[in-house]
Amino acid sequence: MLKRFAFALALLVALPLHAENQLGGIRPDTPLAEESEAPQIPPVINADVKQVRNYPDQPPLIPHKTDNYQIDLNVNKCLTCHSRTAVEDSQAPMISVTHFMDREGQTLGTVSPRRYFCTQCHVVQHDAEPPVVNGFVDVDSVLGHMQGAATGGE
Amino acid sequence: MMLRFLKRLWFIIAHPATHLSLGFLTMGGFVMGIIFWGGFNTALEVTNTETFCISCHEMRNNVYEELKTTIHYTNRSGVRATCPDCHVPHSWPRKIARKMQASKEVWGKIFGTIDTREKFLDKRLELAQHEWARLEANDSLECRNCHSMESMDITRQSKRASEAHERFLFTGEKTCINCHKGIAHQLPDMHGQDMFGASTHSPQPMTPVQGDSAEVEAYIRTAED
Ligand code: HEC
Ligand code: HEC
Ligand code: HEC
Ligand code: HEC
Ligand code: HEC
Ligand code: HEC
Repeated sequence: MLKRFAFALALLVALPLHAENQLGGIRPDTPLAEESEAPQIPPVINADVKQVRNYPDQPPLIPHKTDNYQIDLNVNKCLTCHSRTAVEDSQAPMISVTHFMDREGQTLGTVSPRRYFCTQCHVVQHDAEPPVVNGFVDVDSVLGHMQGAATGGE
Repeated sequence: MMLRFLKRLWFIIAHPATHLSLGFLTMGGFVMGIIFWGGFNTALEVTNTETFCISCHEMRNNVYEELKTTIHYTNRSGVRATCPDCHVPHSWPRKIARKMQASKEVWGKIFGTIDTREKFLDKRLELAQHEWARLEANDSLECRNCHSMESMDITRQSKRASEAHERFLFTGEKTCINCHKGIAHQLPDMHGQDMFGASTHSPQPMTPVQGDSAEVEAYIRTAED
């Protein structure tokens, strides 16, 4: 009986503490009723250095800023550098042949309508610390691990 | 009464002054000159402000709203470009020449050539083309009033920017407006217009076209010669 009472008491004391800790995570430690200071907006990385693709089908990250680049029915600013005919002047990589394919896999003469709105798939990278740890493991290391296991090495 | 006054006035003007000294007359002319010149100048100053430009809804509701989201409205340096910075040349003879052209806008206001959003969008390409032609003809003078090529430190620019500027700007092959169309406002339908790199080809996806092979062959034969 006394044991139970002590436990309940401990729980009562611990709960609020516990709850306050729970509010950590992505949200800063400010109490609910107060407004926390907004973190600074991180800048877009504009280093013009291509980023690693985490798997072959990943739409590559855009290695440059795209502020105010207009993409609508009137004009597609991205294609003024990335289209087949523009790359000589811009020295940008041409959109790959998948961008010319319709959903039957037929290669069209120009950009396929389903690939017209570039930023549906391609995004810029901000110079920010990830708030949540990323547990992604690259397929190369998985393959390496499996190979190591098969040959009994490592 | 009026006639009498006019006759009297004519008499004064037509007869040499007998009671006023030459010095007074010269000074008078000088002072009047200043007043007229000043008035003209002030009128130009007043019409050379953004407040004046956006006093018309045609300018305020379309182009001004779009400018607000761009780098020339807010940026880390806090230097702003206003409408007249990009649209009215700063040197005097050019300033007046541009003002004469601006009378067309008053005409446009009266006859409502772009008084609705739809009318504006319909006419937008034409208006933009006037601006492009002007900036191409004066080698992007207005841009260069703020951005001088000499003071541009390309080592501090991004790789994309410095390479483009080195290859085409410093060699004089292209001018700012060739590559920076749409820097301050939304672009109209750019089908067939020159943009950086994509000069010959439309940057748009082609809408599916129907046609028989004979038509295609005929076209290729004409395109050959
Ligand atoms: C002024 C020309 C220009 C414009 C406009 C432009 N790009 Fe680029 N882009 C480049 C160049 C040049 C590179 C090569 C790397 C570098 O220099 O940044 C590049 C690289 C890329 C890459 C990386 C490709 C890879 O293999 O990793 C992607 C993705 C990309 N751009 C997407 C876009 C999108 C989406 C837009 C429109 C929102 C756009 N670009 C607009 C010039 C341009
Ligand atoms: C539906 C998603 C999607 C859209 C929309 C899309 N892309 Fe991609 N993009 C991809 C994927 C996936 C890849 C990588 C695999 C591949 O090449 O298909 C890629 C690759 C690229 C590459 C690298 C090509 C290379 O050979 O290195 C560039 C550059 C690029 N895209 C630019 C663009 C531009 C510009 C647009 C807009 C006109 C666009 N993409 C629209 C998904 C997309
Ligand atoms: C009286 C109202 C009014 C004012 C004030 C006004 N605009 Fe306009 N603006 C118009 C109209 C209307 C048109 C369309 C004229 C036409 O249909 O050709 C126009 C057209 C233009 C164009 C396109 C030019 C062209 O050659 O086609 C530019 C650029 C422009 N205005 C800039 C300015 C600037 C800069 C100012 C301030 C110095 C200004 N406007 C003040 C009404 C105005
Ligand atoms: C940084 C320079 C810049 C500033 C600031 C600027 N403009 Fe423009 N404006 C341009 C250019 C360049 C064009 C040619 C079309 C294009 O490339 O978008 C243009 C085009 C226009 C046109 C023709 C229609 C169109 O959209 O193409 C009008 C009207 C106009 N500007 C009015 C204004 C007014 C009013 C302001 C102030 C609120 C203003 N502009 C500020 C550079 C500027
Ligand atoms: C009143 C001065 C002024 C005029 C006129 C002007 N600019 Fe600018 N421009 C600026 C300032 C200020 C910045 C922002 C600098 C910064 O903080 O990075 C800027 C930035 C830019 C940028 C950089 C955009 C980016 O995203 O980094 C380009 C490109 C540019 N201007 C082109 C032009 C062109 C083209 C014209 C002529 C149509 C023009 N400017 C006219 C003052 C001006
Ligand atoms: C051959 C095409 C070309 C010409 C001509 C050109 N630029 Fe650029 N400029 C670019 C490209 C490409 C970029 C980088 C992409 C972007 O900012 O959209 C750039 C970027 C800039 C920037 C931003 C610099 C940075 O590091 O981000 C400024 C400012 C600028 N240009 C001003 C000018 C001025 C002013 C002129 C005329 C004296 C001019 N440019 C002529 C292609 C050109």
